[in-house]
Amino acid sequence: MLLFLIRMKFKGKDIISIKDFTKNEISYILDYAEEMIPYAKGDKYKDILKGKVLSSLFFEPSTRTRLSFESSMNRLGGRVIGFSDPSGTSQKKGESLADTIRMADSYSDAIVIRHPHEGAARLAAEFADIPVINAGDGAGRHPTQCLLDLFTIRKEKKRIENKKIILLGDLKYGRTVHSIAYALAIYKAELTFVSPISLKMPNEVINECKDLGVEPVSTSNLEKAIKDADVLYVTRIQKERFPDAEEYNRVVGSYKVNNELLKNAKDELIIMHPLPRVTEIDPEVDKTHHALYFKQAFNGVPVRMALLSLVIGGSI
Amino acid sequence: MKKELKIPRIKDGTVIDHITAGNAVKVLHILGIPRSTSSIVSVAINVKSKLGKKDIVKVENRELDPQEVDKIALIAPKATINIIRDYEVAKKHKVELPNEIVGIVSCSNPTCVSNANEPVTSRFKVIKKDPPRIKCYYCEREPEDISDRII
Repeated sequence: MLLFLIRMKFKGKDIISIKDFTKNEISYILDYAEEMIPYAKGDKYKDILKGKVLSSLFFEPSTRTRLSFESSMNRLGGRVIGFSDPSGTSQKKGESLADTIRMADSYSDAIVIRHPHEGAARLAAEFADIPVINAGDGAGRHPTQCLLDLFTIRKEKKRIENKKIILLGDLKYGRTVHSIAYALAIYKAELTFVSPISLKMPNEVINECKDLGVEPVSTSNLEKAIKDADVLYVTRIQKERFPDAEEYNRVVGSYKVNNELLKNAKDELIIMHPLPRVTEIDPEVDKTHHALYFKQAFNGVPVRMALLSLVIGGSI
Repeated sequence: MKKELKIPRIKDGTVIDHITAGNAVKVLHILGIPRSTSSIVSVAINVKSKLGKKDIVKVENRELDPQEVDKIALIAPKATINIIRDYEVAKKHKVELPNEIVGIVSCSNPTCVSNANEPVTSRFKVIKKDPPRIKCYYCEREPEDISDRII
């Protein structure tokens, strides 16, 4: 009965921030995503979203998020309209985001949006009657990435609670790490934040973790932190988020995950990365059993299939 | 001994009492004084009171409306508003922040969508009333100095 009620709550719901969801709701999505795996692989097919249209509005570049959303919609029998480059749209003529959303609202059954402005998805949800899914808003939130990261950790480690998890890299500007830190704190994971001093996790995020009863450790010493870690979550230093090139040049390449570093790690350590990576993970690591980032990217499909099915309607 | 008033009583208008010491000038700014009024305004800063120092503002011939009261609560959460009619206190209430602040503070994040050219009004969730802490409804950032962000 409880599960049925949770499911009912998702129909028509916007997916803007992981903070909009309770732990039970998140766990429900992860369970449902688990059921989606054979459908995501193409081993099974059920056109539960036949006749439904998804607007895929990408105002910023994306490979994995956009393709996995489109794959998810197609694998459930739905269709996708939209753009991956706003230069071909009326935004170029100065049209507001609000007006673009009003149009998509009348052409489709759900909207997926990525936009450079923080809060853009929340604004879109105000102007759309159909559900809006945030696929990344500036340096802000990226809830579907967060869900697929949780899904990956839970799947590989059987549980998230009490797992020792390192978030490494650009913790200041990286949008995925803010959401994942909060979500991991909900599950009472043990968190260590490793970054160059200038890219430290904002106090706001640290305080949110504390409010949830988790005391994160902040350090710049990766060699020490990695010794007893269960999960190493690596992020790219994102050039596009830096206010000036000088600051970027000072910190780029300040950490690197390679086989030498992994000599100190536990055998069962898994390495995750939201991708794209640049130089932060040496390609030699790809061949080790620690590397999980490509599998993690696949997990975007069952998780997004679960979300589309929940908010648009229809059940496998 | 009769208590001496630092600033004289007013016949009609509003007395804002218990303003956090040193914030009276900001309160005036929020109320748009002197631009928005030709009334006589008296200000007392660092007045001794039972609870330490406070500021007081007296605005003659002007009764504050609720939205103005909300604005004041952001920087003077312990302030009281006294509406004066014919030298008597006609209404008295403590300011209290509502759960949401709309159109009063702008977001400090330059890339927040509420600062872009979109048809929306700035909107903040109040996460703590005293001292006030607010969070942007759109980008979820907290402005560090609220008084600097009053529109």
